[in-house]
Amino acid sequence: MADAVLFDKIESRPPPRSEGGPLDWIRERFFGSVTNTLITIVCIYLLYVLVPPIANWLLFSASISGTDRSICDANPDGACWTFIKVRFDQLIFGLFYSANPDQLWRPITVFAVLAVMIAWLVTPATPNKREVGAFALLGFPVFAYALIEGSLLGLPSAPTNEWGGFMLNISLAYVGIVASLPLGILLALGRRSELPVIRSLSVAYIEFWRGAPLITVLFMSSVMLPLFFPAEVDFNKVVRAMIAITLFEAAYAAEVVRGGLQAIPKGQFEAADALGLSYWKKMGLIILPQSLRISIPGIVNTFISLFKDTSLVAIIGLLDILKTAQNASRSIEWKGFDIEAMIFAAFVFWVCTYGMSRYSQHVERSLDRSKRS
Amino acid sequence: MATAEQERAAGENNAANTASNRPMIEISGLNKWYVDFHVLKDINLNIGKGERIVICGPSGSGKSTLIRCINRLETHQEGSIIVDGTELNDDVKHIEEIRREVGMVFQHFNLFPHLTVLENCTLAPVWVRKIPKREAEDTARKFLERVRIPEQAEKYPGQLSGGQQQRVAIARSLCMNPNVMLFDEPTSALDPEMISEVLDTMVDLAESGMTMICVTHEMGFARQVADRVVFMDAGQVVEIQEPEGFFSNPQSDRTKLFLSQILGN
Repeated sequence: MADAVLFDKIESRPPPRSEGGPLDWIRERFFGSVTNTLITIVCIYLLYVLVPPIANWLLFSASISGTDRSICDANPDGACWTFIKVRFDQLIFGLFYSANPDQLWRPITVFAVLAVMIAWLVTPATPNKREVGAFALLGFPVFAYALIEGSLLGLPSAPTNEWGGFMLNISLAYVGIVASLPLGILLALGRRSELPVIRSLSVAYIEFWRGAPLITVLFMSSVMLPLFFPAEVDFNKVVRAMIAITLFEAAYAAEVVRGGLQAIPKGQFEAADALGLSYWKKMGLIILPQSLRISIPGIVNTFISLFKDTSLVAIIGLLDILKTAQNASRSIEWKGFDIEAMIFAAFVFWVCTYGMSRYSQHVERSLDRSKRS
Repeated sequence: MATAEQERAAGENNAANTASNRPMIEISGLNKWYVDFHVLKDINLNIGKGERIVICGPSGSGKSTLIRCINRLETHQEGSIIVDGTELNDDVKHIEEIRREVGMVFQHFNLFPHLTVLENCTLAPVWVRKIPKREAEDTARKFLERVRIPEQAEKYPGQLSGGQQQRVAIARSLCMNPNVMLFDEPTSALDPEMISEVLDTMVDLAESGMTMICVTHEMGFARQVADRVVFMDAGQVVEIQEPEGFFSNPQSDRTKLFLSQILGN
């Protein structure tokens, strides 16, 4: 029999430090081998060739002063931001408001409320999130419509057909998001329902709408729908586009939400059942709060593409920011500045979608944290 | 059809009210299939008020399926299950009524990870029993005290050890003030060091007079608290005995083999 071997207690100590400073890091990463060195040199050369002229055109040689094209024509080496400056109200708020600048406070107020509301909801630890969320869902669309359209409040009427610019993209995307998510959740639940009729209807709906391109759906809503209604029923174009986008995006949202539902372990359903919760309480209190959190990156991804797709309403004759920019760069005053117009429209979209994407990353990170604990 | 069934159910309710010494759970002629696989065969079992039953047997013998039938997590095809005078059938009202009265503790705890321990315990009382939130919280803290983790009330399940999570799961069930508690291998997923803290809680509960049905491999627990031990194999009940006789003088060869394998002698 061998004697027992005993060990003293070992105190914890910090991990060893990685050696070398930033210079070593650069040497290793960029010049570690012949191939790496060659790739690094080629990349530096490309940056040298491309970046200075682009930056020069975009910023250093660009013109922004003045109110007509003379200054831009005198400066062909730089971008013409004067054009964007002069047409800014039209690009953002559409034709009606750029023609009636004394009414501009209306959409600006709506944008400001929207910004505060979103900031409130995405900032952690702000109070009354539930109330603000309810307002965002129900109150805000009514408020925004009343103020921007105007006739309900006795203001000069801005008929929806004259809504345009980025304001139109935001309106379509907002209604699309707010309305398609609940519909998508119902469809996802329906697709996983034990009732065969509800399940088949949900599957049929989802597969139908996913099978058609949005551009076709918009076109049909504009051309076909009026054929089914008597002539005196006058759906306006914006409402038709909102309905089309909502129905279309709900199918995509449903599939993302279903993915989240499938990730919830069976035990969660059983525990909720065993406690006597009814179907809707089980879903609303236990399953959806968990599955929607998992689905947030996918949902945001769907909504980013929805947001960009709102530009497709140009097909039914609505003047969103992209179409407005295109038209402006074809007007007599500003002919030839297409690139500036497109860059501006792309930039405005990018700012919004990048914000959405950052938010989804933030949510993912906070979810990782809560899982680790 | 539906009315006839309702009448029968109502009749049974009345019968339950008049006959006070009627069993808490009556299972008769129970058969269940998973597609073609006959998983429960002619189960007949009556469990009295306050009785403690331990169900044991090899894996795949149908013991978990049996207790999951009692609160309708599984549906049976033949036979009847009557819980506290209410028959389990397709009637959602009956199912929800029985689930309110029957608590269940799972092998993998199944706590709600997005809710704190206290919220886990108050959710069903508030939303199902419509108890005011304040009152439900007081009850929850009382039961958390009883399972000896009152200090964890504000934490999330992910921050607790397995043994603590299982004790929260027991407290969560007790908060619904059930008449019957079902335990589905409550210690099988636990580290050995944490088994005793959960068993202690269950012994404590058994001594308080709760009707309990436990599927477990903890033979020490069976010996200590069970009124009867039910041995199942291949979907049928093989033997029912009081623990004393079950362990010292098992009748069937299958039981003897099982006991020799798990007790290791």
